[in-house]
Amino acid sequence: MIRDTTLGAKLWAAAVWALVAFFVINLLAMIGTVVTSSFATRWLGTWLPIGWTTRWYASAWSEFQLGDVLIVTFQVVGMVVLISGALGVTAAYALARRDFPGKRLLVLLFLLPLLIPPITFGIPLATVLYRTGLAGTFWGVVAANLVPTVPFVILVMIPFIEQIDPKLEAAARVFGANTFKLFIHVLLPLLLPGILAALLLVLVRTIAMFELTFLVAGPTSQTLVVALYYAVFAAGVRAVQSIDAMAVIYMVTTLVWLIIALRFVNPTQIVTRAKQQPAH
Amino acid sequence: MHAPAAMSASGPSLRQRLAARGFDAVTLLVLPAAIFSLLLFVYPFAFGLILSFEPKSGDWLANYQRFFSDSYLYDTIYKTLALAIPVTLLNLVFAVPVAFRVRLMRRQRLLTTILVLPITLGTVLVAEGLLNYLGPQGWFNRTLLTFGLISQPLRLVHNYWGVFVSLVITGFPFTFLLTLSYVTGIDPALEQAGATLGASAWQRFRHIYLPLLMPGFAITFCLSFVQAFSVFPSAVLLGEPAGLTRVISIAAYQAAFEEYDYSMASAVAMIMGFVQLAIVVAVLASRGLFYRGPASGAKG
Repeated sequence: MIRDTTLGAKLWAAAVWALVAFFVINLLAMIGTVVTSSFATRWLGTWLPIGWTTRWYASAWSEFQLGDVLIVTFQVVGMVVLISGALGVTAAYALARRDFPGKRLLVLLFLLPLLIPPITFGIPLATVLYRTGLAGTFWGVVAANLVPTVPFVILVMIPFIEQIDPKLEAAARVFGANTFKLFIHVLLPLLLPGILAALLLVLVRTIAMFELTFLVAGPTSQTLVVALYYAVFAAGVRAVQSIDAMAVIYMVTTLVWLIIALRFVNPTQIVTRAKQQPAH
Repeated sequence: MHAPAAMSASGPSLRQRLAARGFDAVTLLVLPAAIFSLLLFVYPFAFGLILSFEPKSGDWLANYQRFFSDSYLYDTIYKTLALAIPVTLLNLVFAVPVAFRVRLMRRQRLLTTILVLPITLGTVLVAEGLLNYLGPQGWFNRTLLTFGLISQPLRLVHNYWGVFVSLVITGFPFTFLLTLSYVTGIDPALEQAGATLGASAWQRFRHIYLPLLMPGFAITFCLSFVQAFSVFPSAVLLGEPAGLTRVISIAAYQAAFEEYDYSMASAVAMIMGFVQLAIVVAVLASRGLFYRGPASGAKG
């Protein structure tokens, strides 16, 4: 790597780091505000609250029925992860290994739900789901959440599959393996790190997926992030600290999975895959 | 394709001829996902498009006529663009120098992990956090007051700036991580060759990296823009959803879930999708202008 040592270059580097530091400090202070407030007895017009308490967690838990909401959240997320894994990995395999007429069109079809924001396709989707009576139910929420996650798994898995030498599969075929055996004994072990990474990313994204869940969820199929939105929306009805306690519970739920995910993926992969020239 | 031909003994069988074109059992694996996407993505979109031409009253264009004649509705396009375009440009302009600096770091992981936080936590949590943090009693205003930079608290929430800041907080890490992946994807040998020939840091950026990165920047811009354009929760929670930050997604939501006019809501969603598509197509088309340069040859 080239390092410049001129004064201008050093000043430039300092300015860039100052920018990063400013951003990170504000970000952490913002998170810190929520955490501090959730433990505060009374916090008005001072740097720190007057006293500390954990009672807001108990009140948030009962006021917002967080037990039920958390169960629904994990059921939705679990189903989304399983289904998007099954649909996504198989489709990614076909797209990585075969060239067929219409493949570009198909890839475009899978790219669109990732490029178009959820709120744009969520409104027509919600309309259709309300007409079919699926909206408001558990499966309606799962179906809506699958729309961006299936393509996400496909697009994450295609490069993973492409990097596996097709000769390994050819060798397995020579020894008489059918497609199913090939998948179980050759591909799955090789793809496992990729699948795990993709599914953990789906998990983290689905917990935080607000728009689609918000548009199709009913009172009994709300996930945590939607419940949090309604709590903040109706702020003033309940104590700020209670809402903040709920926000902290949401943060912990998300961050636990993020930390697990980061053991398997580079943080950059949450947005894109690093160290690879992206295909245009 | 034709069954009789497959039965002739001399020529290759249907299965072989399909396989030669890329259709065999493996290709069929794509079907479940494709059918799923058709059912839950293409069909709703087509349904919404048709529904938008079947208004509750009036002729088939009544929804669109209402949207473009009611300033309360058509203004949402400007309001959304007035948020999304400055935020996206700001994020990209900041992300590029930071990505070039971080690229030289050996331990990037801590920083990238911190930056991934707001993306993972999502817009609702960021909105809730910023309501406290940027509020008149929050730490941000308090710090500025302590240092004597301002004499009274700045009004940063329930207006344009609250939404702006929330879009920067979630958008900057997204833009930065995308940019970083493009920047690290370029062979450092190219830059070293430039440095050997005496190019300064700016010249190396301008003549080596920029042409190679232009396609990547175009895609980054599109993805970041589309994210910012679809702002919804923070515009409601942190902005003035009835005033300056009444973005187009709020108009669509209100039509669907407050007026229960799904036809109108679909029309607004179609207009929203069309505006996004227009901007993305414009940016990607200009990317084509850059991409035909020597950049592709250098990667070879």
